[in-house]
Amino acid sequence: MSAETMLAFETDCHIFSGCGFDAPGLHNFVFRPLFTINGFEFNKPMLLALLSTVVVVGFFWAAFGKAKVVPGKLQMIGEAGYDFVRRGLVYDALGKREGDKYVPFMVSLFFFVWIMNLWSIIPVAAFPVTSVIAFPVGLAAIVYILWVYLTFKKHGFVGALKNITGYDKSLGWVLPLIVVIEFLSNMIIRPFTHAVRLFANMFAGHLLILMFTIASWYLLNGVGVVYAGASFLMTLAMTAFELFIQAVQAYVFVLLACNYVQGALAEHH
Amino acid sequence: MNALVTMAAEVPENPLIPPIPELVIGLIAFFIVFGILAKKLLPNINKVLDERRKLIEGRMEEAESLQAEAQQVLADYRAQLADARHEAARLRQEAQEQGATLIAEMRTEGQRQREEIIAAGHAQIEADRKAAAQALRRDVGTLAVELSGKIVGESLEDVSRQSRTVDRFLDELEAGATKAEAGR
Repeated sequence: MSAETMLAFETDCHIFSGCGFDAPGLHNFVFRPLFTINGFEFNKPMLLALLSTVVVVGFFWAAFGKAKVVPGKLQMIGEAGYDFVRRGLVYDALGKREGDKYVPFMVSLFFFVWIMNLWSIIPVAAFPVTSVIAFPVGLAAIVYILWVYLTFKKHGFVGALKNITGYDKSLGWVLPLIVVIEFLSNMIIRPFTHAVRLFANMFAGHLLILMFTIASWYLLNGVGVVYAGASFLMTLAMTAFELFIQAVQAYVFVLLACNYVQGALAEHH
Repeated sequence: MNALVTMAAEVPENPLIPPIPELVIGLIAFFIVFGILAKKLLPNINKVLDERRKLIEGRMEEAESLQAEAQQVLADYRAQLADARHEAARLRQEAQEQGATLIAEMRTEGQRQREEIIAAGHAQIEADRKAAAQALRRDVGTLAVELSGKIVGESLEDVSRQSRTVDRFLDELEAGATKAEAGR
């Protein structure tokens, strides 16, 4: 039986039967390839990532493909989501005039990240794509490149360096310290945390759900039934909590992206 | 258990090191979303949102112009009404004035006619009186002569005497009449 199709309740391992608890861990985030083409291993997270594309594009195609002045239900929902990102995130951070250019990017980013997160609580899929670091890293890298590009384009080479290093003569003797810290912060730590924040939240959330799910099954023996019930309730609670966290993390990811763009366009101080 | 062991062997050392194939797939997946949304779907909805905004603005402008028109019409109507009232008042005033003039004219005319009639009546009366007086004088003279002739039995041939006698008689009569009139 291949690992990715192996589910917790397919083992007969229960408490009080001399069988150890198979705790979830890093191995739950590694999948065997579904198929291999010329050495390229196609696995479940990739499939889910591509399905996210299909879902996001499919939804917006259905909603906006034949957009009408008097909207249907689906278009209204789409407009609400679109407006949420446009006004709530982009215009808020960048203003309408500056922000309009970045609306499509931020809207795509938000819904793509959100749907990738959402797979966590969808039965069968049951895996948040963003808990594989490669996906958040890719998206954070795009934002990072955009930020660097905008900073240099807006301020020129020297201005951009000043912007990135927080150069300010009035700081006096702490200036070298500030320059080093700011440079490290902006160029290395910030993109790293941008990606890891999303990754770690989804990773931890998935681990928690897995933990309680596996435990619910493992504890299902003798007096352990009570614990199994509690564990199952926790599974439900964590699932509901994850639903919330997924949206929040998508929101935060895009909010930070907007802030970085705003920082790139702002005059340095 | 065997499967888990083999899996554990495949676990990478560090979950923070991104595997390249996933990275590539992730970027491709995102850029498909971005491309389709940015090139087709969001311009689509932006156009519709713009249209909707224009439509709403257009409706509002239309409503505003209609309201302005209505107010204009109302103002015109009120002005016309005021004009009409004014005109009516003027006409009434004029009519009153004309009526007063007419009445005054009629009154003077009536006065004049009355006076004319009265004057004509007086003249007529005077003429009649004179004619009557003449006729009376003639008839009285004749009657008196005849009467006195009959009474006296003598013919008074002498015309001048006769005439004098009559005149005297008449003068006496007249004096009597005048005295009576003055005494009245």
